[in-house]
Parts: sequence; structure tokens; C-alpha cells
Amino acid sequence: MAKHRHSEPPSDPALRIKALESLLTEKKLIDPAAVDALVDTFEKRIGPRNGAKVVARAWVDPAYRKRLLADATGAIAELGFSGMQGEDMVVVENTPKVHNLLVCTLCSCYPWPVLGLPPVWYKAAPYRSRAVIEPRAVLDEFGVKVGPDVEVRVWDSTAELRYMVLPERPKGTEGMSEGELADLVTRDAMIGVAKLASGKKKKTPKAGGLKSRRPR
Amino acid sequence: MNGVHDLGGMQGLGPVNPETDEPVFHAPWERLAFAVMISVFAGGNYNVDEFRHAIERMSPADYLSTSYYEHWLHAMETLLIEKGAIKESELAAKWAKLGKGGA
Repeated sequence: MAKHRHSEPPSDPALRIKALESLLTEKKLIDPAAVDALVDTFEKRIGPRNGAKVVARAWVDPAYRKRLLADATGAIAELGFSGMQGEDMVVVENTPKVHNLLVCTLCSCYPWPVLGLPPVWYKAAPYRSRAVIEPRAVLDEFGVKVGPDVEVRVWDSTAELRYMVLPERPKGTEGMSEGELADLVTRDAMIGVAKLASGKKKKTPKAGGLKSRRPR
Repeated sequence: MNGVHDLGGMQGLGPVNPETDEPVFHAPWERLAFAVMISVFAGGNYNVDEFRHAIERMSPADYLSTSYYEHWLHAMETLLIEKGAIKESELAAKWAKLGKGGA
């Protein structure tokens, strides 16, 4: 167990991180400016657009899909996505009979290179506790209807493995280009808490997938 | 070891409450926490398993009542103190100084 601390940290986390940064900088233990570009990349460039490209490729290229399901890390790297929190990837495929859902019950493991940094709800106690015990109720809250004849598979990350869902290709998208298909793919669909709308009639969700479909 | 972090199957923790149009970071301090974390990692001060374990050692009440990046803060402080990279007294002095508007 951790040694008891004698000083209570301040309640304001902004003050707390500034204090730590200042101390570590004085001791020359860190150089936050040096990682600023990396953080910027996580904020602006690495995100669910990457995963969407992987999904679209798998939809249009059966050989790629096969490689993706057999060796996700390698197949994802073919599109240039790799690195921290994506070292050991597994892609699980949704079908008319199987719906996959991802969670990390113990912490917040998430495939950064393809989905970016995780949303708050994914890291918070309600989702982590409930996804494994009542996945259908959780899916229902997200507005996902899964029939009783469909098997729900919940994948709980280990310390090493990171999962991504390969959603079903929506009907009515037969003539679309790979780029157009990627635009249909949302973050939530690649976590398994959304189904993808048909490409034609409905307004297409943004690939960022940040829209919650949960009825309030 | 088990602990409060082992949340799978626990009941009574409420609805999921996803946020619409969620930003990557909710405040500048979260972004800074991420930057410091990556920088500390790059310095080889501890590994990811030690980091996760430091979060798992939080008191259950603190664990459930604080946010993800506050867990990170706790783990960074804990490990850097335990490994002797910084002293708790030095950190407390910084808290006091910054709390009074110093730098």
C-alpha cells in the first residue's frame, strides 16, 4: 500500500498539475514543451477518423478484412496507424447474429491509434461496471436495439490487448467510395455502442462520432 | 488483488450519461496532465504497470469521487515520491506557493 501522505493535495487539479510540472521542470526531469506537438497530435489528428478508414477498407477489400480479423495490429499498421495503446490489437466483427461491445472494467484501456483518447463515459464507473453485467440495458440507453436472437459479446481489455469493433456495413451503401464509407463510421460504432445508419436517406453521422444517441 | 477499480459487475453506479460533442480535453489542466504524463514516461521514471497499480492503490472513496485525470495526478505524485524523484515536502511547498498566486 502507498505510504500515508502527510499533506493533503489541493482540491483544484489545475493548481496541482501546475505544481508538479513546475517542480519536475526545475529538477530537469521533464520537458513538457518537447511533447507539446505529440499532445497536439492526440488532440487534433489521432481520432476515430483513423479507425473509420480501417473499417471502410475492410468493407471494400475482402482480403484486407481477412487480414484485419487475423492480425489486426499488422493490418491497421498497413494504413499507417500504430503506436502507444495500439501495440496488440484485436478486431471483432459484428454480424446479423453477433453484436460486439468493448469495455475496460479495470481502468480505461482503449485503442488510441485508431480511436484517439477515450470519452469520459468510457472511463467512468457506470459504463465499466454495467457493460459486463447488463450489456443489453447499456446498449438500450445508447439507443441500440439488439434482438433476442442476436448474441452480445462483451470484450474486456486486458493490460495488453486493445479491441476495436468492425461494424456491419449499412444497407444502401453499395455504390459508395471508400472515402464516403469512412464518413459513415462513427466512434461509437467502433466501440459497439452504436449501429450505423444507412448511407442514403438519413443525415449521416459525423465520423467523429461524438453525437450521443442516448434518449434523455 | 481486488479493489474498487475492479468495477465489472458492480451495481448501483447509475446511468452512463454520454456527453454530446465531447472535447478531447475538458480543461487546459487535463491537457497539461497528459503532456506531463507523457514526458515523465519518456524519462523512464516508471512503467505503465506501476502507473496502473498506483491508481489501483487509491482509497476507494477517492477513486470513485475523482475524475480520470485526477487519477493520473494521484499516480504521478505517488510514484515520483515513492521513487525518490521528488519529495512530498517539495510538492507541498509548491502547492502552498501556487495557492498564494506564486509561480
